Amino acid sequence: MAFGLGLLNGLKYTATRVFKTYVGDFKHLGRRYDDKLFKERQSVKGSGIFTVQYPEEKLPVPENFRVVPFLVYEPALDENGKPLIDPATGKEMIGKQKCTACGICSKVCPPQCIWIVRALTPEGKPKPQPAEFYIDIDICMNCGSCAEFCPFDSIKMDHVYELANYERHVSHIYDIGVLSKPASYHAKIHPTDWAAEEAERAAKEAKKK
Amino acid sequence: MSVTAPVAPPNTPNYNDPQIVAEQIKTKYPDAVESSSAQGIVVQSDQLREVARYLHDELAFDYLNNVTSVDWQDRFEVVYNLTSLERGGAPITLKVNAARENPSVPSLVPVFRGADFQEREVYDLMGIRFEGHPNLRRILLWDGFEGYPLRKDYKEPYYEEEKKPFGSRWDKGHHVIAEDRNPWHDNVQYPSNFDAVAYKPPRDQIQVIDAAQAAAMRLRTDKIVLNFGPQHPSTHGVLRLRVTLEGETVRGVEPIVGYLHRNHDKIGERNTFVGNMPYTDRLDYFTSMANNLAYALTVEKLLGIKPPERAEYIRVIMAELTRWQNHAVALGFIYNDLGAFYTPLIYAMEERELILDLFEATAGSRMMCNYMRFGGVARDVTDDFIAKCKYLVNERLPRRTDELEAYMVGNEIFHSRAKNIGVLPRDLAINYSTAGPVLRASGVKYDIRRAEPYSIYDRFDFEIPTGTTGDLYDRFIVRVAEMRESLKILKQALDQFPAGEIMTGKKNYQVRVPKGEAYGRGENPKGELGFYVVSDGTANPYRYHVRGPSFINLTALNDMCVGYKIADMIVILGSLDIVMGEVDR
Amino acid sequence: MSEEKPQTPPMTIANSEQEWLDEQVRRTIWTGPWNKFIDLVDLIYNWGRRNSIWPLGFGLACCAIEMICTSATRFDIARFGMELFRGTPRQADLMLVSGTVTKKMAPAVVRLYNQMAEPKYVVAMGACASGGGPFKEGYNVVSGVDKLVPVDVYIPGCPPTPQALLYGLMQLQKKIDKQSIRDAAWYRKGVSEGVPEPILGPDLIDARRLDEITALSADPEKLAARAVKLATKGKKE
Repeated sequence: MAFGLGLLNGLKYTATRVFKTYVGDFKHLGRRYDDKLFKERQSVKGSGIFTVQYPEEKLPVPENFRVVPFLVYEPALDENGKPLIDPATGKEMIGKQKCTACGICSKVCPPQCIWIVRALTPEGKPKPQPAEFYIDIDICMNCGSCAEFCPFDSIKMDHVYELANYERHVSHIYDIGVLSKPASYHAKIHPTDWAAEEAERAAKEAKKK
Repeated sequence: MSVTAPVAPPNTPNYNDPQIVAEQIKTKYPDAVESSSAQGIVVQSDQLREVARYLHDELAFDYLNNVTSVDWQDRFEVVYNLTSLERGGAPITLKVNAARENPSVPSLVPVFRGADFQEREVYDLMGIRFEGHPNLRRILLWDGFEGYPLRKDYKEPYYEEEKKPFGSRWDKGHHVIAEDRNPWHDNVQYPSNFDAVAYKPPRDQIQVIDAAQAAAMRLRTDKIVLNFGPQHPSTHGVLRLRVTLEGETVRGVEPIVGYLHRNHDKIGERNTFVGNMPYTDRLDYFTSMANNLAYALTVEKLLGIKPPERAEYIRVIMAELTRWQNHAVALGFIYNDLGAFYTPLIYAMEERELILDLFEATAGSRMMCNYMRFGGVARDVTDDFIAKCKYLVNERLPRRTDELEAYMVGNEIFHSRAKNIGVLPRDLAINYSTAGPVLRASGVKYDIRRAEPYSIYDRFDFEIPTGTTGDLYDRFIVRVAEMRESLKILKQALDQFPAGEIMTGKKNYQVRVPKGEAYGRGENPKGELGFYVVSDGTANPYRYHVRGPSFINLTALNDMCVGYKIADMIVILGSLDIVMGEVDR
Repeated sequence: MSEEKPQTPPMTIANSEQEWLDEQVRRTIWTGPWNKFIDLVDLIYNWGRRNSIWPLGFGLACCAIEMICTSATRFDIARFGMELFRGTPRQADLMLVSGTVTKKMAPAVVRLYNQMAEPKYVVAMGACASGGGPFKEGYNVVSGVDKLVPVDVYIPGCPPTPQALLYGLMQLQKKIDKQSIRDAAWYRKGVSEGVPEPILGPDLIDARRLDEITALSADPEKLAARAVKLATKGKKE
């Protein structure tokens, strides 16, 4: 082979790559942040340019995606069975923490970043409820072990990854207030998990009867 | 086969059995063997080198997998794992005891040069001297560091309890940051009466230019010592090289590692067995799935369990996808080092992103998968995963591999830069205990997936690509060929993919592992990733050691670089495909 | 991504009393059209600066791979004008500390920081760089790069995904927008002294704390009193 042919052959691929990008662009002319185009390009079948125009576009996160854990709570309900909204924060009011402070998450946590204080009854007996719950997200390795081994489905992995901060000593130690999120949020971000949990719960209740 | 075994006659004894090997040693050295069992052969310390040489020369144990040590409180034990590349099979274990006070054993560097860095690591972390080692200095830590961290009586500055889980976390877990628990309010500790003001750190030993030597050489150039890294764009992380140059020609390279030493072994001994799984992700952070697999295999060896069929297939699929993406990116990095800045790399990255999407959808994280469990995998894959994976494996990735080969391997500039550069001859490659594509490029047909098949690799039809000369070009095309073989395995695995369970037994957060020790390994994209685990019957390992292939491959760097130009050295380093997380651990 | 804005901890900028006082003084002195002019200069100046932050090509650990992914096609850091990873600290504006800072690496990190020209920023990417991460308990790990050099933005995650990194870099851009040449440190008179390099002794020695270390190591009782005891459940130490 003559010297240089291999080089030219290689350049063919780069040129094709550039060309393919514009094919997609022309197909969807004038629609820069087009959902359909975006999905097509980000899929395994996509070709041409591949860029996610973050923050205008965001890659959808899969259900199993994990960043920092959160605690699931059952909201307080009004007489119609609708969750009460706290006017100050706009969040659903905490009715009951699902967490029973059994401590399995803190035991399984590989870097030991979960700290739990179990609540006490007025008589001083332990109560199945956390009084304090801390996660140091500067130690947390997002491994998801806590959520995996929790027997009460009360700790789950959050999908929020936009967590950057100007300060860490206060805001990166999540306490129970920051960690608690309503069950409806869990149902929204983990639909399959939620459905499985609901089915299991229903089966258990049927067994009881 | 120049260094290795004579062709074995049909009725040779089974040398994969340590008992038989021990008997053989006894015929030659009657009092060398202290005891022998299935766990290994304990050898007298003063005859270790003779025994090792005998095993190397006569019984064809030509490959030193792993050197490590265990602190048994009353004594130290140095553990060697040896394999014959010709025969394959599981490695045999050789052990030597050393006294608690001033421990010392003979160095095996004269027999196996691959022991060089590993013995230095044992010296650094455990404080065992290796008599006759050419350069016995600290390797992962710095000269002047106080203490030997892997000894059981060493307490770190943030020491809390011997084993996890810590009692302070639950029940009354009032949050206290580690800094507050430490009297220095930082992750440090000093000896008592330490005078920091007057302290002078030991100076780096720098070779002084030898004027007489320079004059004796015809060239009117001086030898210069160039410091390269730890912050340098082409050192693949925080590697530092001390290069001796003569003009532009490399006369010596000394890798200085440890800039990412994250105390994997020490933390691993404190963790539970389950808790170590996410830490293995962070060893070689390109190939977390394969790391998970190797670790799971090791512990399953001790537990004596096997995952169900479906889980085995999922494991193989994940490991092979990992191999493909690792090699693609590695080739991109080699091109980066050659000066073809970034374009091939971002092409490789694009495919990698698609594979990472699959990992993210299944395991939950792009890089740190934490996916395998003892006796299965953490989550089942979805139908969507299979469909996407099939499309990737059958359509997209083969096409991309062809493209990649066309624009990379066909390039004339690459040919002239890579052929006959950084040659690592076959004998040296074996003697240096190099592993993976580096070993195979030197013409050794050795792949653990074939030599000691694990998981279900024995069911698949695939080749072991090898090189001929062991130069940079061979290391490159071996990787390309391996990518194709990976796709071949993936295709078969996806076609046979069964339904069923993904886990043997129930998920347990504190797996108690029976007493014993195991050396488990897997053929990682970078080479043989080994785990040496000693269990004392609890949920935490007593000893946990990682054999990082990148670390040991780096031993051969000096021999590969000497005589070539400094620009070649960068590419040779790239062709070793090291990852600092695994080098320094 | 969920449409509902998830609750994140509030962002805080440390405001000391001195800073507040400075602000009041500035408000009284810089008034009128001159002030408007300076605002305009700030606007243009910051616009230029925020869109050409050149990071130092410097990868420490796992997070560096996500940093490379961010600079590759899919997330394309070039859209933010940050694609020029400089090999030398002299040309860099931003030190992306992408990974675990070990004690052995600490002097090099500080030296690199000192060699960077003002204005310079430090982003601690990932849990390890922020606070030690999962390796915090290790004997060779620095508990966060802010023990060595001042940090502007902390990005949690292990590792942060490329999008999380981009979000963090946008927070840095916001921070740059708020800066003014009136009080920028690099317009002040005098020589700015770098951070003294830590020394590798029996353990890492912070060069700013030499006297304290010498005094405390001579007094074991006082030293022991400084540690906070943990509540343990009657477990043996």
